[in-house]
Amino acid sequence: MSNNIWVFVQQDEGKLADVSLQLISKATDLAKDYNSKTGSSVVVEAVLLGEKVKDLASTVIQYGAEKVFCVEDARLKFYTPVPYAKVMVDIIKKEEPQIILYGATTTGRDLGPRVASSLKVGLTADCTDLQIGDYESKGETYENILYQIRPAFGGNIVATIVAPEKKPQMATVREGVMKLNDPDSSRKGEIVEIASIVDDMDCLTEIIERVQQEKSVNLTASPIIVAGGMGVGTKEGFDIIADFAKTIGADVAASRAAVDAGFIHKDHQVGQTGVTVRPKLYIACGISGAIQHRAGMDESAKIIAVNNDPDAPIFQIAHYGIVGEISDVIPKLKKAFTAKA
Amino acid sequence: MGLNLVVLVKQVPDTQNITGDAMKEDGTVNRGALPAIFNPEDLYALEAALRIKEEIAGSKVHVITMGPPAAEQVLKESLYRGADTVALITDRKFAGADTLATSYALKCAIEKIGKYDIVICGRQAIDGDTAQVGPQTAEKLGINQITCVENIEQIDEASLIARRSIEGGFEIVKSKYPVLVTMTDEGHTPRTSSAIKVMTYKNAKAGDPEIPMWSIDYIGADVEACGLKGSPTKVKKIESVVLKAEELQMIENTDEGLNNLMHALISDHTLG
Ligand SMILES: Cc1cc2nc3c(=O)[nH]c(=O)nc-3n(C[C@H](O)[C@H](O)[C@H](O)COP(=O)(O)OP(=O)(O)OC[C@H]3O[C@@H](n4cnc5c(N)ncnc54)[C@H](O)[C@@H]3O)c2cc1C
Ligand SMILES: Cc1cc2nc3c(=O)[nH]c(=O)nc-3n(C[C@H](O)[C@H](O)[C@H](O)COP(=O)(O)OP(=O)(O)OC[C@H]3O[C@@H](n4cnc5c(N)ncnc54)[C@H](O)[C@@H]3O)c2cc1C
Repeated sequence: MSNNIWVFVQQDEGKLADVSLQLISKATDLAKDYNSKTGSSVVVEAVLLGEKVKDLASTVIQYGAEKVFCVEDARLKFYTPVPYAKVMVDIIKKEEPQIILYGATTTGRDLGPRVASSLKVGLTADCTDLQIGDYESKGETYENILYQIRPAFGGNIVATIVAPEKKPQMATVREGVMKLNDPDSSRKGEIVEIASIVDDMDCLTEIIERVQQEKSVNLTASPIIVAGGMGVGTKEGFDIIADFAKTIGADVAASRAAVDAGFIHKDHQVGQTGVTVRPKLYIACGISGAIQHRAGMDESAKIIAVNNDPDAPIFQIAHYGIVGEISDVIPKLKKAFTAKA
Repeated sequence: MGLNLVVLVKQVPDTQNITGDAMKEDGTVNRGALPAIFNPEDLYALEAALRIKEEIAGSKVHVITMGPPAAEQVLKESLYRGADTVALITDRKFAGADTLATSYALKCAIEKIGKYDIVICGRQAIDGDTAQVGPQTAEKLGINQITCVENIEQIDEASLIARRSIEGGFEIVKSKYPVLVTMTDEGHTPRTSSAIKVMTYKNAKAGDPEIPMWSIDYIGADVEACGLKGSPTKVKKIESVVLKAEELQMIENTDEGLNNLMHALISDHTLG
């Protein structure tokens, strides 16, 4: 039993998923915490599947992995559930890690449950935080296990889930909530090639067409965000938002209502079904502050809310509140910034 | 010939429309006060099955739910919309199931129905919010899965072609049967009840021949793998999300107020 902490590293057409590197970073922190509490020396290891992936392994090592298990096979070029799950289950059984993290992407949420079911272990969905701690139940104490913290019930509750009795403890983790460590290009690690056990009989899904575009914005990395909601009123209203954002060096985000109304592309949506952001400053303009929106932005260091309704719930999580019309306040804010900067 | 279609549906509290009555004074949610509804994406799963039945003559739609007797309501609503048979999997020993134990019970029930070609689920239930039951049921049945399906584009007696959503795009994939598919709410709008079927089934109750109740013994499930016992995950703690009362500073909507705000943000290096 290796007891190490693993990350399933997702690649799409040779590009590593951001969330996978965020998870390597988080796993490094968890390993440190676990080692200091137990005096052991567990390390972070990664699993990377695809047609040609060995070249990607060095990046994974720079973020903190000690070892990267690579499985190369043309039939693993694109993710399909049966071959990927078969390969994962096989390596997990041999290596016996104690924790495995997957990004809560369509791939991670397709693969994780299949692996968990095969191994008959627990899987916690869509976590937003992970910690090491003790758990007591029926007079037994389980020391230094993984607390898997996740929103459920449409975002109205936050649950701490544990899987004390069986290893590995597995979780899918939402993109954007874990901080990325700075890569260290001098780090050395081991790349372990593993022979593929995929059989043609496992290839039950035939991919006929695959269309995937890079996101037009990457809000997860934005330090300053100006977000518009229904209160912005029109597509033209968003020009005022974009103009202000440009002036102060910010990126533009939106609520789902604004996206659904066609004011802006879905890539800009923040919240439960959009992206999770944690900028230095989030300026919410004409956004009411629904729980599903807050789920994606309430970790922002500072929040300014602009709304014409003094009772809008967004004010309850804001640091600064301005009551007024968007068309009036935003140009004034721009002027104030230009005057001071 | 036709296809045998099994649809998995769940009754859930309406977590998407939390109104005044369901809020407690401390700002937390009173779950008991939420109405029980048909899980929204499961209506899309049922719609997809009913469309296949219309396309491929001789097909049958079987609907299963696991839950307490009150969950008969989602089965009645399935009958109103055109399901051929329904079953309520209910047993106190199923209580406390996580997704692993839930999918095991569903697998036993599906095998009890006998021959099946396509199992159709919702992508995700709006209470547990895990989206894990579909893939885990597929693994337990030992069959292929296609998750996040927006639409079934083509179907015949041997295989289907589906469009599934992925980050920033989509995939068109093909699979032979048996296969399990999970549907999102981007597909065909679910039909409403048929008035004639409502007349036929409105008085049916769980335990009547139209809505049979299946126990652990009946579906041949191992008690050790069901309910709390069969669940590796435990809920350690649940907290309601209460609005964090931040130190809110109201800024006057005047040139002076806004100038001071910008000045403060620039001097502490948040801006500029
Ligand atoms: C399953 C599910 C997932 C969801 N996921 C997300 C998600 O990821 N992201 C998300 O944002 N939402 C999500 N939602 C939707 C969410 O519940 C809200 O409906 C949405 O966030 C509301 O957007 P809004 O605040 O822009 O609009 P509204 O709630 O309509 O609020 C508009 C606000 O603008 C103010 N206003 C109006 N006119 C003006 C004006 N002229 N000047 C200043 N202020 C003005 C109003 O007072 C109001 O507060 C989800 C919902 C569900 C059910
Ligand atoms: C706060 C909280 C957090 C939880 N977190 C986890 C967790 O992280 N991991 C975990 O393993 N369990 C978890 N559970 C337990 C989990 O909610 C239950 O096992 C639940 O029965 C199924 O999960 P779900 O609601 O997420 O369904 P999903 O997996 O989201 O459901 C997908 C689809 O499967 C079908 N389906 C699901 N349940 C049924 C059913 N009873 N009958 C028929 N069809 C069904 C439906 O088609 C549905 O659309 C949690 C429970 C709570 C209360």
